Amino acid sequence: MIKAILIFNNHGKPRLSKFYEHFNEDIEQQIIRETFHLVSKRDENVCNFLEGGMLIGGSDYKLIYRHYATLYFVFCVDSSESELGILDLIQVFVETLDKCFENVCELDLIFHVDKVHHILAEMVMGGMVLETNMNEIITQVDLQNKMEKSELLLADKCSFA
Amino acid sequence: MALKIVKGSIDRMFDKNLQDLVRGIRNHKEDEAKYISTCIDEIKQELKQDNIAVKANAVCKLTYLQMLGYDVSWAAFNIVEVMSSSKFTYKRIGYLAASQCFHESTDVIMLTTNQIRKDLSSPNQYDTGVALTGLSCFVTPDLARDLANDIMTLMSHTKPYIRKKAVLIMYKVFLKYPESLRPAFPRLKEKLEDPDPGVQSAAVNVICELARRNPKNYLSLAPLFFKLMTSSTNNWVLIKIIKLFGALTPLEPRLGKKLIEPLTNLIHSTSAMSLLYECVNTVIAVLISLSSGMPNHSASIQLCVQKLRILIEDSDQNLKYLGLLAMSKILKTHPKSVQSHKDLILQCLDDKDESIRLRALDLLYGMVSKKNLMEIVKKLMLHVDKAEGTTYRDELLTKIIDICSQSNYQYITNFEWYISILVELTRLEGTRHGHLIASQMLDVAIRVKAIRVFAVAQMATLLDNAHMLTGNTQRNGICEVLYAAAWICGEFSEHLENPMETLEAMLRPKVATLPGHIQAVYVQNAAKLFATVLKSQEGNTDSTTAQEASQLMIDRLPLFVQSANLEVQERASCILQLVKYIQKLQQKDVEVSEEVCALFAGELNPVAPKAQKKVPIPDGLDLDAWINEPPSESESEDEQPKAIFSKEEPKHSRPRHTEVDEKELARRREARKQEQANNPFYIKASPSSQKVYQETPGVEHIPVVQIDLSVPLKVPGLPMSDQYVKLEEERRQKERAEKKKKDKKKRKEKRSGRGKKHDSGPESEEDITPAHMVDIVTEEMPENALPSDDDERDPADPHKALDIDLDNLESAGKRPLADSEKLPVRSHRAAEVLKSPAEDEEGENVSSLEPKKKSSKEKREKKKDKDKDRKKSKEEKKKKKHKHEEKEEADLLCGQADEPAFQSEETNEVVTPPTSTSADVSDLDFWLSNAPVPSNTQEAATVAAAEAAPAPGAISVTTPDSEPEEPKDTEMEETKSSKHKKKKQKREKEDKEKKKKKKHHHHHHHHGDKGGEESVQNGTVEEEEPLPPMSNYCLLAENSYIKVAYDIQGNLQDGSQVVVSVIFENKCDSFLKSMEFNVLDSLNSKLQRPEGSGPHDSLTIPFQLPPGVSNEARFVFTVQSIIMPQKLKGTLTFIVKNEESSTHEKLDFKLHFTCTSYLITTPCYSDAFAKLLESGDLKSSSIRLEGVNMPFHHLLARICFHHHFSVVERIDSCASMYSRSIQGHHVCLLVKISSQTVSVDAKCDEPTLLGNVLDEIKQTFSQC
Repeated sequence: MIKAILIFNNHGKPRLSKFYEHFNEDIEQQIIRETFHLVSKRDENVCNFLEGGMLIGGSDYKLIYRHYATLYFVFCVDSSESELGILDLIQVFVETLDKCFENVCELDLIFHVDKVHHILAEMVMGGMVLETNMNEIITQVDLQNKMEKSELLLADKCSFA
Repeated sequence: MALKIVKGSIDRMFDKNLQDLVRGIRNHKEDEAKYISTCIDEIKQELKQDNIAVKANAVCKLTYLQMLGYDVSWAAFNIVEVMSSSKFTYKRIGYLAASQCFHESTDVIMLTTNQIRKDLSSPNQYDTGVALTGLSCFVTPDLARDLANDIMTLMSHTKPYIRKKAVLIMYKVFLKYPESLRPAFPRLKEKLEDPDPGVQSAAVNVICELARRNPKNYLSLAPLFFKLMTSSTNNWVLIKIIKLFGALTPLEPRLGKKLIEPLTNLIHSTSAMSLLYECVNTVIAVLISLSSGMPNHSASIQLCVQKLRILIEDSDQNLKYLGLLAMSKILKTHPKSVQSHKDLILQCLDDKDESIRLRALDLLYGMVSKKNLMEIVKKLMLHVDKAEGTTYRDELLTKIIDICSQSNYQYITNFEWYISILVELTRLEGTRHGHLIASQMLDVAIRVKAIRVFAVAQMATLLDNAHMLTGNTQRNGICEVLYAAAWICGEFSEHLENPMETLEAMLRPKVATLPGHIQAVYVQNAAKLFATVLKSQEGNTDSTTAQEASQLMIDRLPLFVQSANLEVQERASCILQLVKYIQKLQQKDVEVSEEVCALFAGELNPVAPKAQKKVPIPDGLDLDAWINEPPSESESEDEQPKAIFSKEEPKHSRPRHTEVDEKELARRREARKQEQANNPFYIKASPSSQKVYQETPGVEHIPVVQIDLSVPLKVPGLPMSDQYVKLEEERRQKERAEKKKKDKKKRKEKRSGRGKKHDSGPESEEDITPAHMVDIVTEEMPENALPSDDDERDPADPHKALDIDLDNLESAGKRPLADSEKLPVRSHRAAEVLKSPAEDEEGENVSSLEPKKKSSKEKREKKKDKDKDRKKSKEEKKKKKHKHEEKEEADLLCGQADEPAFQSEETNEVVTPPTSTSADVSDLDFWLSNAPVPSNTQEAATVAAAEAAPAPGAISVTTPDSEPEEPKDTEMEETKSSKHKKKKQKREKEDKEKKKKKKHHHHHHHHGDKGGEESVQNGTVEEEEPLPPMSNYCLLAENSYIKVAYDIQGNLQDGSQVVVSVIFENKCDSFLKSMEFNVLDSLNSKLQRPEGSGPHDSLTIPFQLPPGVSNEARFVFTVQSIIMPQKLKGTLTFIVKNEESSTHEKLDFKLHFTCTSYLITTPCYSDAFAKLLESGDLKSSSIRLEGVNMPFHHLLARICFHHHFSVVERIDSCASMYSRSIQGHHVCLLVKISSQTVSVDAKCDEPTLLGNVLDEIKQTFSQC
């Protein structure tokens, strides 16, 4: 199970936070801060696994992260997930974002966090991996976006009719 | 209306959207909080508008603010509004917001039930998808219960996109509503073979997650997963399955054997590192599970270790990390294979990556030996000095202590060195583990008697330099060490060189700044020291020192008397008064030292941590029973213990108080006593807790080692453990030289004083003798301590509720779903007629306010093609159903459970064959017992799978899930009536099944060894007291080396075979090997020997027994006549091997084949039973048992368990029971009990057999 997915930048500013278990807002912020603290002090060429922080998880949980340019992608998972598998999943996630936003950069995530959420929802659901095939994910996301567009067009037409 | 919309959209143009909000926040870096608060005010305004687009926009912004840490729960209702928009765009925004901020205690969630249900059945797959995604994040027990059925329907949706989401969310539903697991499981299992890989993957995911927590319930799926593993190419699925197998193998070693080959093939063939790694991991799990049985898998271990070495040597740090992680798993069972890579692991200890260093540290645990412990610890100490973060340093500290103290200090040869390491560790700044060091100091000082002199000296210096530990407030954790130091100095004060000095150190004013519990120990031990000082001055004409000591105490103790800590205060004032009195006596020149010493006489022995838990409850003591009637509510107020300074209650105002009579007083006294007894701080007057004063002879006789005075007693601050390393080196060299001259045996004698465990060091460990004769005192355990399970599960674990037996579901109808187990289905209410869409929206609000009322207004427009699909699937289902119905009828008629095909014919009799569970097990057994040849395996797997295949379809007859299609039909009336009919049919069926279920329960009474517990679990004897544990194994033979117990069971498949399970338990300290088992065959009974061996050859037992280990072997015997009991003589030969010698030993035994052992537990239905009795072929006989003093259900359970009967029917104190012999004799019993007399009337077609069985039953009850 995946317990949480966090994206934050090099300064610890959250860009996306998805908790699959409820915490209240303060604790969530604390977790993000702590995770950032743990992850950011690690060198570039060390391993991508980190035994969990104090707040989230416990002994069964691990932080698995990747660092891309200005962003950290951190997954907090328990022992039922394959470590290397999750690393691949992060890669798929980032590649999908890249396809959906056309050369994704931090700004895309800043201004379109809702879209990132929708993409993520096609990959991970309730803490379990739903789909790992990038093409399938992109197809579903595109179809939903199309639907959204047609609805908006319709709405605009209605309102000005 | 139109105007409103126009107005709304114009408003919208001026509203901030999410992008504007983000931009705004970025532009207000200085006063971000202020800016956001104005934004929130705007959002509140927007939420008040009617326009849903505006609301959605506002909710979208709130979701962003939530991520930044703002509480947005106040907008929960608005979120629900947006969720219920008919537009996908807004719905998605609403569900996203809900998934981010709703949780179980959000109260508006209960308003959403109907909305979610509507979305789930929406014709638009993305509406459904979005609802499922959202629900997965905020599902509550109520939602799970109300929606379980809808989601289950979606598991068979035509679109794989919906199917996979529905399958995945079921896991969350199970967690919140465990009752749904049984009804949903067959369909979930079906999805494992879904044509869509995504759905399949989701199903694997869910089952793996379930199986991880309760693996035993999913063992029967092993063949199916095996098939998936060999056929799937999806690495995600493979990884999950392989992980699942890793969890299953510990439960079923045969599974492991089957897995090894395909897994090794995968290891060799795959290019995906992730898959390779998981394969290695599971192979390790397999090897661990096999390690007890057969040690001949060195090739696989080598392969694993070799692959892991490649991973560790890889430049990719991730692989290195994982390699070390997996290595630590091998370490537990095959330490030697890991030890050969010590170089690599020690190298990783220097890695720049902390994660890797930590993993390497874990491995060190298994790397140490007597030889290298000092060297490794020295290295770790260097790391401690260099370490930056406290976490890593603390980890190092615990690891050092762990590896040193492991298996009773096995590897420590020099305890002086260890004590000095501990003292050095006290210099660590800011560690959290002061108490750990302290407990080690205490443990070593108490248990290693020879080290006490040294330890006391060290502790005295520590106390003297206490300021170094307490000086820095940051180092607070470490002051725990002083607790140990003070206690050791006090308790073993006879070893102190200068007790007076230490006494002074312990009474310094600075001590008052320490935490209370440490001060208390200081005060108490100061008194002990004082006693020692007095004693040392005894007989000394000059009494000044003694008087000085008294004066010191009297001067310093008042400081502690003023302490705010009650414990300190009490002890100090007590001791102060005592010392004052002593001083008076001293002034009169009275010898007091002996009396004072008597206060602290006696030795404290270490007690095992679990000792308290293991004290057996004496017979006849019921801890749950009230000793006195509980005081009533109102009185309990009076009885409550009052806080010391609490206000006096105006008691006099209560008139009742004056009326208290004698009895009442006595009762209260009793209650108070009980309360005191439960209060750990109340010192009881029980005789056992008092110290017995006696001169302990033990202490004097311990050879006290002369400390080499070339080693200066050090002041903390200087590293000194290194010196011991050097000294130890020299000592070892000297010893080696000496040893050459010495006779080997002499050394043995010297070492024999130590516990057995300490001798078993690896390699040439034996060459190193400890520096001193170390007498490690073992921890005390209560007499006749019960072995108990240690790992109890956390009661709060949500997965506990999911520990549900699913096997019964698999084979048709054996323990079918009971009525109560079905998922709640919406019931249609006639009053609610279809509404026009306009009304609909209004109605929505109304109904959402009354969530409990189940509405049924959803109507679905079905596309034509969809309809077609449905029809098709329906037809298929019907076919299946039909097929199954036939099958079930057959089932009901002759009570035939589905047996593996190959034997169904011969068992086709009136009498029922074994139940489904055993059939299932034999299915699995059949699959597992296949030779592990790959082609064969594949076949077997498919056969097994094919056999299991009809099951999921079959169960749908009893589950409601075949129905939900119908309510959606537009013609309500028709549906209703047809439903009605169906229900009737169903009810009938269910009644029958319920009956069956009953029987099934009874059957559980006596299934295998677990009979006792299981019957309780299943709830048949809920109100009755639980059964005592029972075992069928009885002692075969025993001598000082080995204990052999056996149990005989009939073989179902062969009427002339019985299986004898024999447990061999090694009782001695030596290795038992080359065990051979032989029996002198009689004409009637013969031991089956492998082909080609003679009738007198013995069978080699395929395992060896290390000390303390037991293992089981099975032998098959052929018997001709089963009507008489029989005894066979036999011998067991084995070689006892220990370090110096190996001897050949022999043990004779008599194997007793009782007639009971030829009986097989066979359930029988009452109608079949009645027929049998009517047939008149049976001869009858009867016995009476007098003075049976046990509940009737215990009696029945005993007969069931020990004599392999099953209960057919039980009415009050009368029960009919049935069993069948391996050769098909029917044995029927009628058991009645009336006031301690049990009468057993029996019928059987073979009178001799019956007579013998009855005799055996009689014997069973005469024994208890």
